[in-house]
Amino acid sequence: MVFILKERVDKMKLIIQIINGMQIGSIYALVSLGYTMVYGIAKLINFAHGDILMVGSYIALFSLPVVRNLGLPIWFVVIPAVIISAILGVVIEMIAYRPLRDSPRIANLITAIGVSILLQNLAMKFIATGATPFPKVFDKGPLVIGGISINFTIVITVIVTFVLFGVLNFFMTKTKHGKAMLAVSEDYEAAQLVGVNVNRTISLTFAIGSGLAAVGSVLYLASYPQVEPLMGSMLGIKAFVAAVLGGIGVLHGAVIGGLILGIVEALTKSYISSQLGDAFVFGILILVLLIKPTGIFGKNTREKV
Amino acid sequence: MLKDKKRDYIVSAILVIGLFILLLGMINSGMISRYQQGILNFICINIILAVSLNITVGCLGQITLGHAGFMSIGAYASALFTKSGIIPGVTGYLVGLLIGGLLALLVGVIIGIPGLRLKGDYLAIITLAFGEIIRVLIEYFQFTGGAQGLSGITRYTDFRIIYIITALSVFIMYSLMTTRHGRAVLAIREDEIASESVGINTTYYKVFAFAASAMFAGIAGGMYGHTMGIISAKQFDYNYSINILVMVVLGGMGSFTGATLSAIVLTLLPEMLRGFSDYRMIVYSLMLILTMIFRPEGLLGRREFQISKLLDWIKIKIVGAPKGESKV
Repeated sequence: MVFILKERVDKMKLIIQIINGMQIGSIYALVSLGYTMVYGIAKLINFAHGDILMVGSYIALFSLPVVRNLGLPIWFVVIPAVIISAILGVVIEMIAYRPLRDSPRIANLITAIGVSILLQNLAMKFIATGATPFPKVFDKGPLVIGGISINFTIVITVIVTFVLFGVLNFFMTKTKHGKAMLAVSEDYEAAQLVGVNVNRTISLTFAIGSGLAAVGSVLYLASYPQVEPLMGSMLGIKAFVAAVLGGIGVLHGAVIGGLILGIVEALTKSYISSQLGDAFVFGILILVLLIKPTGIFGKNTREKV
Repeated sequence: MLKDKKRDYIVSAILVIGLFILLLGMINSGMISRYQQGILNFICINIILAVSLNITVGCLGQITLGHAGFMSIGAYASALFTKSGIIPGVTGYLVGLLIGGLLALLVGVIIGIPGLRLKGDYLAIITLAFGEIIRVLIEYFQFTGGAQGLSGITRYTDFRIIYIITALSVFIMYSLMTTRHGRAVLAIREDEIASESVGINTTYYKVFAFAASAMFAGIAGGMYGHTMGIISAKQFDYNYSINILVMVVLGGMGSFTGATLSAIVLTLLPEMLRGFSDYRMIVYSLMLILTMIFRPEGLLGRREFQISKLLDWIKIKIVGAPKGESKV
């Protein structure tokens, strides 16, 4: 009897950990969608992407008083966060990446690193060096599904991620701008020849990616309620690992990669060691690059000379 | 050609020895204070770091963001070795540095194979991840002193030893990159597919350059640890890697003298401008972005600053161009 009970408790614990993993995994997924889109189109690891999430969080923090004065629920801070982050993403692309489009890739990469450090240090210098607390975003009790009580924040995080992914997928495959994006990522010179405005398409990609990161930032704050200048760097790296895991350039790969990564992290932290969670996540990256460098859903592309 | 190279080496050797004697004289006569001597030591360590990173970034054309991680491997390995007291004294220190370097080399090979087997920028992300893993692991284990760090390391701050190690390291790295192996690495940087088609084993040479770079980072890390006397994993963080990257990018990617000069300038600058250190990372990041946009090859580019070229130029100015030879 005791044994059966223990087994049941163990099973519950596992399910709860998987659900927790899905929650952080969904946030990784949102951020890694931006990475994957930008990498697909500009062939650039946008190191600043994680830091855009940080900026989004600060904008959410600063727009709190406005939202409160208007008597709206707190999650409305997502609107200014998305708008300003999207603008920031486009501005960064125009100033820092566009002049370098035909330079060697290493130049692009160094600029991206530079932008990332610049954002981090501007925030540290002019906003705060430490963490600032953030109020509760969703004020609702837990939901009980099948005898397991799940935090409302987790449910909303997972749902929002899947809805946004669905919308993005529809946008990419069915609309003109989305198809233009696919065309540019396939071959940007050929796309230019058939009349796609490459500059505008790339700007749009950065805007969408940054907007998704900002949504991710508010969802992140809902579970980890504090804002700090360096919050984006680790999250960004993990989201990139998720993108590589799923196959860089593939949208559903990013989502699945994010979820796998989140679940692995949650399970490692609860079953092996809370300290070693990050080490396991990066161990996955090394394994993927050794076994299947194109990721789970990646296409094998041959380079033509 | 060969004669020119020989002359280059002789002129450089005279210069390095001359500078050594000059600095020693200044130290012995008290013109350089103990504090300034400490800065000189750090300049030396940073020169090794910048020149070694230059092999990966400049010669190989790949970005690595975990250079400080390799430093920490070298620092911990050599410090643990000297603390164990198997070989006492300066010999133990030198052997410790070598062990630190070799361990960093080994890890460099392990990291380099998955990261460099592929075309593209995977090395950047894998080294970034590696820097984090190594920090987590060092803080996790007990024998490394955990999060408190490792203290009580015997300090070796003798400028003479550090200077000689630095000069030797730079010499080895420079000659390594001018050998057949080094030229293969440069060929891969210029065009990976083309060099593959002429029979260069690209993965081998890429890992070779990266591991060499890691080894010297390990040696520099060992020197750093024995200069400070106390080390912790947090010291070798992402920002430290970026500091070294800024030195290489600013000095000119692929230029050994450029890396050396900018290592000197960027070590002295924060010391001389106290207020600068507050804004250091902001200035560095702006430097990275602006250098890439306006002068992507760095300030010196791939050119080397050579004394013998300067001598030639002076000779031509004074004597006039020798007959039958074009102007330099």
